[in-house]
Amino acid sequence: MFEILGIPIQAFMGQLLIGLINGSFYAVLSLGLAVIFGLLNIINFTHGAQYMMGAFVAWMLLNYLGLNYWFALALAPLIVGATGIAIERLMIKRLYKLDHLYGLLLTFGIALILQGLFRNYYGISGLSYNIPPALSGGTNLGFMFLPNYRAWVIVASVIVCFGTWYMIERTRLGAYLRAATENPTLVGAFGINVPRMVTLTYGFGVALAAFAGVLAAPIYSVNPNMGADLIIVVFAVVVIGGMGSILGAILTGFGLGIIEGLTRVFYPEGSAVVIFVIMAIVLMIKPEGLFGRAS
Amino acid sequence: MFKRIALGSVAALALGTAPALADIDVKLGVLNDRSGIYADIAGEGSVVAARMAAEDFDAAAKGINVTIVSADHQNRPDVASTIARQWYDQDNVDVILDIPTSSAALAVSSITAEMNKIMINSGAATSDLTGSACEETTVHWTYDTAALANGTGKAVTESGGDTWFFLTADYAFGQALERDTRAVVEANGGTVVGRVAHPFPGTDFASFLLQAQSSGAKVIGLANAGGDTINAIKQASEFGITQAGQSLAGLLLFVTDIHALGTEVAQGLVLTEAFYWDLNDETRAWSERFEAQMGNKPTMVQAGVYAGTLHYLKAVAELGDKETSAVMAKMKEMPTSDPLFGEGYIRKDGRHIHDMYLFEVKTPEESTGEWDLYNLVATISGEDAFRALEDGGCAFAMAD
Repeated sequence: MFEILGIPIQAFMGQLLIGLINGSFYAVLSLGLAVIFGLLNIINFTHGAQYMMGAFVAWMLLNYLGLNYWFALALAPLIVGATGIAIERLMIKRLYKLDHLYGLLLTFGIALILQGLFRNYYGISGLSYNIPPALSGGTNLGFMFLPNYRAWVIVASVIVCFGTWYMIERTRLGAYLRAATENPTLVGAFGINVPRMVTLTYGFGVALAAFAGVLAAPIYSVNPNMGADLIIVVFAVVVIGGMGSILGAILTGFGLGIIEGLTRVFYPEGSAVVIFVIMAIVLMIKPEGLFGRAS
Repeated sequence: MFKRIALGSVAALALGTAPALADIDVKLGVLNDRSGIYADIAGEGSVVAARMAAEDFDAAAKGINVTIVSADHQNRPDVASTIARQWYDQDNVDVILDIPTSSAALAVSSITAEMNKIMINSGAATSDLTGSACEETTVHWTYDTAALANGTGKAVTESGGDTWFFLTADYAFGQALERDTRAVVEANGGTVVGRVAHPFPGTDFASFLLQAQSSGAKVIGLANAGGDTINAIKQASEFGITQAGQSLAGLLLFVTDIHALGTEVAQGLVLTEAFYWDLNDETRAWSERFEAQMGNKPTMVQAGVYAGTLHYLKAVAELGDKETSAVMAKMKEMPTSDPLFGEGYIRKDGRHIHDMYLFEVKTPEESTGEWDLYNLVATISGEDAFRALEDGGCAFAMAD
């Protein structure tokens, strides 16, 4: 049988695909972080908790209101995004003039509070959320059995990522956003309400996290720590891609998912650290990240 | 971080009428995971269990003032060691209870010996606690990797699952569980065709499951616990692994894990536990009282904290003293008897010997309630379940 690096090509293809699926989560999450950092200059450590909230809101919608997955996919980002807007209005906006560190500490604290609250009410073992019937089952690709739901995760992530990229880089609204990043005073002088735009951007970044949370709910157990486990890796992805770079976050997210997936085959014990090793190397060679601009 | 539950005031009240015994102050420290992956199997529930033991024993009336403190070791050996030292050194803690996470338990076990205090472990799995790393001051109450292997590993191999692939949590516990299960599988004529070690805690198991699938093994042995096992089982079902004919053996599953998975996904899984709330009238009555305080049924780890605390208090009451070596000798000399584990004894190496149970998870149709999860398949006597003393390699226990 044809082999790559000692493993059969079929197994290799399977692992590539699984890496891509995990990369989808990294991409959507790091995209949200990049959008928020790019415009607000806030290192949003609450992101993991907001991802977790997305999954919990999906579970609550189903169990308390009987609304299924598809409603959750639309509603959970809106609901969690709205809580994000409230957090921005009430707390984060007071910190824009201060050092990054303050924003980081505030959002980290909020994350701990949110996780603690959910842990208190729902415990740590997690809740189960079933795969929607329309996406259950799977397809035999010859080299692996691909669950339909996982295929959907890739498709949905790619659409959301590139939709966001297009909006920011290619539309008039995106141009305002980017201009406001460069010079908020001047953009305000043109009659654009910059603070409102900033608030909505934070809400949008948070909504992206919640969207990823809904996508994750049927795959992982919905538990209060699900975001905490992921957020550190996602930050590493953002740093590797270049803080604030939209395209960097997307491409690095997918790419690192694949690299991590392959590490699980060749040296499973190292799969938890491979992303951080890459981060260290990138920071040594190109401190601004692969796609970042040197400031 | 530390939460104090002072029973002292209760003790003072009761003492007014109690016989004038010399008052003994004992301080119990429940050290476990209060926020992470094992918080539901141990956590606050273990503190509640220890408190119930002190109350049920009516310690105050017997002249023993029990204080219970607790702390979160975050499943990290370094954090566990720091807290243990502080408790023993500065806070006058006499006994540390529970300590899930094998790496943390091994660290606390050696500190306990060094400080000449007592550790009654319920939550940790590694059989090394009463084997190569045994200490005279350690009691290992509830279960261990050898007993799990002798339960689930043996049952699965004997029923035709003779080729195994291990998915192992990459730390002391996973390695011990794999090692002990491997020995049982091979002793029963099975073979191990491969293994993969995954980081702890993990989230995505698809890559590892795919490797297990391509190994062609009949059984995928999950040598992990808690959220890791839950995610692995969920994802195995998602990737059609179980449907394609490979079976999963969850080598360490707790009732809270099965509750989280739901009978739909977990049905038919065979597992080994030391305790189940629905075993008999006594376990049901106790579990009901526990549930009234905690909101969920107890796990075997929490049950073990209760029974271990009870036995310790009995020994102290009997001696009228809490001196470590005397209490340890007394605990090993007296047979154990409590409503949760029945009759048993503590062996010389610190291993508590009692019956273990092989359960099968009910189907959704069979299950009549949220916590009605197991059918009893077999009761394994303590002598068959736990590794024989001479096979453990515990130096001080084999010396004479």
